[in-house]
Amino acid sequence: MTSPEPSPSGRYPAGSAAFPHRDLTGLAGLAPWEILFLLDEAEQWVELNRQPQKRVDRLAGLTIINAFFENSTRTLLSFEIAGKRLGADVVNMQVAQSSVKKGETLIDTAMTLNAMHADAMVIRHQSSGAVRLIAEKVDCPVLNAGDGQHEHPTQGLLDALTIRKAKGDFGGLTVTICGDILHSRVARSNIHALTTLGADVRVCAPPALMPADIEAMKVAAFHDFDAALKGADVVMMLRLQQERMSGQFIPSPREYRHLYGLTMDRLSLAKGDALVMHPGPMNRGVEIDSNVADLAGRSAITTQVEMGVAIRMACLDVLTRRSRKVEGWA
Amino acid sequence: MRPLAPLALVNGRLIGPEGEPRSGALRCEGDRIVALGEDVRARDGDRVIDAKGALIAPGLVDLGVFAIDKPALHFGGITRAALMPDQSVVLDKPSAVRFAAQSGKPDLWVHPLAAATKDLGGTDLAELALMRDAGARAVATGRRWIGDSGTMHRLLSYCAMLDLVVVTHAEDAGLAGQAVATAGEMATRLGLPSAPAEAEALAIARDLQLAELTGARLHFRQVTTARGLDLVRAAKARGVHVTAGVTPAHFMLSDVSIGDFRTFTRLSPPLRSETDRQAVRAAIADGTIDVIASGHDPRGPEDKRLPFTDAEPGMAGAETLLPLTLALVRDGVIDLARAFALLAGNPARLLCVDAGVLAVGAQADVAVIDADKPWIVDSDKMAASAGNTPFDKQGVQGRVLALFKGGVPVG
Repeated sequence: MTSPEPSPSGRYPAGSAAFPHRDLTGLAGLAPWEILFLLDEAEQWVELNRQPQKRVDRLAGLTIINAFFENSTRTLLSFEIAGKRLGADVVNMQVAQSSVKKGETLIDTAMTLNAMHADAMVIRHQSSGAVRLIAEKVDCPVLNAGDGQHEHPTQGLLDALTIRKAKGDFGGLTVTICGDILHSRVARSNIHALTTLGADVRVCAPPALMPADIEAMKVAAFHDFDAALKGADVVMMLRLQQERMSGQFIPSPREYRHLYGLTMDRLSLAKGDALVMHPGPMNRGVEIDSNVADLAGRSAITTQVEMGVAIRMACLDVLTRRSRKVEGWA
Repeated sequence: MRPLAPLALVNGRLIGPEGEPRSGALRCEGDRIVALGEDVRARDGDRVIDAKGALIAPGLVDLGVFAIDKPALHFGGITRAALMPDQSVVLDKPSAVRFAAQSGKPDLWVHPLAAATKDLGGTDLAELALMRDAGARAVATGRRWIGDSGTMHRLLSYCAMLDLVVVTHAEDAGLAGQAVATAGEMATRLGLPSAPAEAEALAIARDLQLAELTGARLHFRQVTTARGLDLVRAAKARGVHVTAGVTPAHFMLSDVSIGDFRTFTRLSPPLRSETDRQAVRAAIADGTIDVIASGHDPRGPEDKRLPFTDAEPGMAGAETLLPLTLALVRDGVIDLARAFALLAGNPARLLCVDAGVLAVGAQADVAVIDADKPWIVDSDKMAASAGNTPFDKQGVQGRVLALFKGGVPVG
């Protein structure tokens, strides 16, 4: 692997100016070239991850702490694999094993981790803004792996990369995001990434799951899924939490499927080559039918997982360049 | 203890019930004001204090603090404070009220607000008459709204009989749920649990109907939305015994301020839209709002150094109450006389205490104020027991130069 060069396309500036942030706490406010830079950086890791020999030593000797205050299997695994493939020492701390349960405050926990000289921290927390709060208190780069209902930036990036792989460019694309927009950090990060990159984004949800004034985020809001699907290039389904399907927000899972489930019939309303996405884990037969989720050539759901590892490798690499004194970044 | 010599504050500008302040002096003997006006002179043997052109104003009467935080209250020119019932020992028994009523004397008079319901639980009425006779000046529902309309009806009719004003929190609990922000663009961007601003108007609408039905006196401690204020305005016009208060946060800040998840801006009710902020200013100007209070609620890092959703609401507001209200005077929203009616005269009348105005025979609770003196709010250097101010690092104008409680200098 070579040290980073100025983009051949000239889409972003050279060196650290391409991504001048210490942390990645969200995609809100990032410039288009900053997002493109991370996507381009991820491409090399997509290639590497497809080789039988997947390990490099770029982050050798570095310690990455994955501190997950909220349960996660997939994202944690993805970050762990990403760190390990870059040669870093990766430690996972999950809330069930942590002293947060003993009454220690979040800040105290963060300071404790900080004192162990982590070179990067990957943090997931159930409260919006918690990751930024930790980032203000620690000395190393902080990567947000999902904070409450606020942001999940690496998911937004991996989805953008998945879309770019299938569609080439973002200009003129119509992306329909359907599901529990209100509680979804995935939706927010995707909205930031895709609108910044020039796509037209539609969000679709029943009123109780649609946040107020969502149009201010430069998206079109729909309650009618059929209308939202018309002419879409990408259909991104969000997971509906079980606890929200039992009458409080939605009368029942089958009623939700009736209005918002992505069936083969509904998919036909979108463009003929429309890409089907889902951040997982899926409720098959609720927000997405199995035959749609498994539709060869159209469903990008496993590609999303693949891109996830590459994006997270790119983010870990880029955020640690300053401390690794990479030329142009030190 | 030898009685203090009579006090003469000379060369000041006296705050009156209306109009511009008049140049003059004020004399106190014992704990009472005995003379004030242009032709008042100090007498031999008086303790003479030259105000050097500063305002001579009534000590502030703060209708709604959560802590008896004397240094902060005195810094803010507050000589009397109504203590919210939400204490570690809830003010729901005569003994607790009696203790609270004595807790600030002599230099700060605390007027306890009796908990409307036992343990502020919102269901069973507390011993309101006993607490009244133990020194409670009003009844309050505390930080929360009483959700059960039947309970609220019984509370208001009982308090109407006892002639106790009911101070209530106006937020429909069902609609507000676990919200920490007002529904809108900012809450949506931040992904914070939010509720429509209408949660306030819903609560106000119900409580106004019940106040009208029972003839009770009702005070909404904070009205922060255009729709809520419209309801209060209309109710006043048809003669309902209703008054409304607010804290500076809701006429100074909008929900734009929560943008970086700063927990010092986590308040209850939450910060509102810019439109609502403007409506609060208009309601202060047109008389719909009667009281500006500090809502003083000092909160240390254990309550505030947390993610926004997990932090406790509240601000240390005592020190900024006066300067931020004076900002309304500078902005031409109100005049000085009305500023002190909002800060002292009206809350005193509401609590039925003989204070809040400069008058012969009244308690000599007096503040000498330089209304223009600039200073910078600094959360690290507050007199309050905690520095949780949403106005950190903000420049303000107006500072208390000297404060007297019952003619005795404070601090």
